[in-house]
Amino acid sequence: MNKRLFGIAALFKTPDEIIRAAKKTAEAGYQKYDVHSPYPVHGIDRAMKLKPSKLGFITLVFGLTGSALALLLMYWTMSVDYPMIIGGKPFFALPAFIPVTFEVTVLLATLATVIGMITFFFRFPENDHPLHDTEYMKKVSRDHFGVVIEASDKHFDESKVREFLNSLHPISLEEIYYSEKETYPVLEPKFVTLLILVALVTSGVTYFSLNKLLYMQPFTWMMEQPKLNPQQPSTLFADGFGMRTPVQGTVARGFLPYPYMGQNNPTEVLQNPFLPTKENLKLGEAKYLTFCSPCHGNFGDGDSRLRGQFPNPPSLHSSRAREFSDGMIYHIITNGQNIMPSYASQITREERWAIVNYIRVLQRAKNAKSSDLQVVNKETGNNASN
Amino acid sequence: MHQTDFNYQRKDLPAGFSKFGFAFLIIGLILAVAAFFVDQSRAAFNYLVIYMMIVSIALGSLFLIALEYVAGADWSTPFRRIPEFFAGLLPVLFILVIPLLFLNHDLFHWAHEEAVKQDKILEGKAPYLNLSFFVIRTLVFIAIWVLFYFLLTRNSRKQDTTKDQTLTTKNIRFSAAFIPLFAITITFTAVDWLMSLEPHWFSTIFGVYYFSGTVIAALAAVTLIVVVLKEKGYFNPWITDDHLYSFGALLFAFVNFWAYIAFSQFMLIWYADLPEETFWYLTRWEGSWVIFSLLLIVIHFVVPYAMLLSQPAKMDPKRLKFISIWLLFAHLFDLFWLIMPNMQPLKKGYVFSWIDLVFPILGIGVVLTIFNFIAKKENLIPVGDPKLKRGINFHL
Repeated sequence: MNKRLFGIAALFKTPDEIIRAAKKTAEAGYQKYDVHSPYPVHGIDRAMKLKPSKLGFITLVFGLTGSALALLLMYWTMSVDYPMIIGGKPFFALPAFIPVTFEVTVLLATLATVIGMITFFFRFPENDHPLHDTEYMKKVSRDHFGVVIEASDKHFDESKVREFLNSLHPISLEEIYYSEKETYPVLEPKFVTLLILVALVTSGVTYFSLNKLLYMQPFTWMMEQPKLNPQQPSTLFADGFGMRTPVQGTVARGFLPYPYMGQNNPTEVLQNPFLPTKENLKLGEAKYLTFCSPCHGNFGDGDSRLRGQFPNPPSLHSSRAREFSDGMIYHIITNGQNIMPSYASQITREERWAIVNYIRVLQRAKNAKSSDLQVVNKETGNNASN
Repeated sequence: MHQTDFNYQRKDLPAGFSKFGFAFLIIGLILAVAAFFVDQSRAAFNYLVIYMMIVSIALGSLFLIALEYVAGADWSTPFRRIPEFFAGLLPVLFILVIPLLFLNHDLFHWAHEEAVKQDKILEGKAPYLNLSFFVIRTLVFIAIWVLFYFLLTRNSRKQDTTKDQTLTTKNIRFSAAFIPLFAITITFTAVDWLMSLEPHWFSTIFGVYYFSGTVIAALAAVTLIVVVLKEKGYFNPWITDDHLYSFGALLFAFVNFWAYIAFSQFMLIWYADLPEETFWYLTRWEGSWVIFSLLLIVIHFVVPYAMLLSQPAKMDPKRLKFISIWLLFAHLFDLFWLIMPNMQPLKKGYVFSWIDLVFPILGIGVVLTIFNFIAKKENLIPVGDPKLKRGINFHL
């Protein structure tokens, strides 16, 4: 079988020589040639008259894909599918998402760049390149610099190329031939065995470090801290409770203490600080329907939806209830009354006042005067007197 | 492009430098004095903005010079004179700082003794935040900068005639000593002149934040001058596309660095949500300041990032000229955003005043005049520097 020539290679000792050689080769009009060096040589792109690499576009596209995917994932999980309040931040908390978006952008961009470079530019898995296993390749990957002019070039003429390369004063010339073997299977038994071994070692090490190593000294020191977790008993306090109540008189930020807690009929109660505006009543309606209506009924008639599992409360339309001051109703919601528990921890101050306003609306609706009907008729244009 | 023989002929700078510089200086000075008579407090805050801008350009330039020596960089040697001229603003700081020291009562809440007495926090900070220590710190810091400015540039100039290579070695040692001092002095300068305007507030990353803007301002100023002078033929053929690309890449890097630091500062404060830290950002979210805050992100990060992203953009002289003017404005805008909301009448939102437009004119006048004053006596290229040849033959 005849050996087929791939190209002629010339070796040089210094980076300055290779830049000169690359420039001369490009000037001589050769198109199919390549330069090899053990490390990046400054100025070689320009000497070879290379066009700017297209690799950046792969990086850009995949970087943007990474940003979009990360934001979409966080938006979907944190704001749509399973919204959770974390640290009092909004469901779509952009500042908190930016670090993750940044990381995913960089991750996808770098992976795509490396994989793109290997597949598009190095034609992975091309493992039968004629330069493999040549003396030339061994030298240029160690301490030499080289240029190869390929036989497939339009202007290739063996004797002329030899003459040209010799004029550059190389250390040596080498003829590179195509390999005689037809194919190089990628999945050689040796290679497959290596892959399996690597997989086994990697998974073994991962399993060991995650399940065993992390539970050994000194890696456990982070877990064994001299502190109490929730619900744990304490040896320090006399009552043995690890969870302590705050110091008496502690007030949470943004909350006002309620001075009439525990009193059944306080002599004086608070004034309603909110006007029954449309927004306020909407809020009151929403909160009433959520917290009050299960027992008091949707319209305050005391017709509970609990079907006798809990005693029905009296109607909110009784004359006693209607004569309650706003502050008294607020007090009942805050403190509880008879069997009704305190709602102070579920309903905020503002919401409680809004509920009071809404209850006033319900009471007025059930005991409307004829003057009210006239106003309604005027506003709606209906004749609802019947 | 191997430059074997090197012929440098000294040429006078374009006449525009002195003409525009002088015109801006005179107009700026007249308007600034008028501004002080109209509204002393507002003029003081505006003057502080422009003072910090000049500190940024001057000190950042000295940092770039020191960086070249310490890192052994040679690509920046051909134009090292430009940061050297800008660093020449440092001795002038001694004069520029005087009005600010006298205006301390307008600028600093902690300078009001009766207010400090009623405020436990300020009382606790008083051992650091008091007027005499403040003045001493300021003057000592400027003295340190001026000392290293003279040490570094004197050797560099001497080299032009003596061609003595040991001067470079000396300068490397001076630079190595300067850089840690620079880190300390710039941090405390940022704390003293910017952070202490709101004496209750604190951010440990603040010095780095100011540093990131400083380097952008100095780099942008140097890039602008180099590109302009190259266009007028002053740097041909010594400054190539590879140099320009490095300018673009460095600017791009520091635009990202600024965004990284600015966001780190914001996110930690936003996430922890402690009232003693958040109020500083809330002030900048108040009224019309919210527009400034959002614009800052666009001006200081989004636009320069997009404009410098692609490879050809980083070496396009026109693009570089535009973006360096843009970034100088961005740093000025950043300082404005840091300083002005601390002014009591502007706490609830920005209100326009002509005074805000006056001081940049004065700033441009001072910088151009001093630059021209120093540059006209010196070679534009450090002809005696042993790294010059490699710097001219610089390839990416």
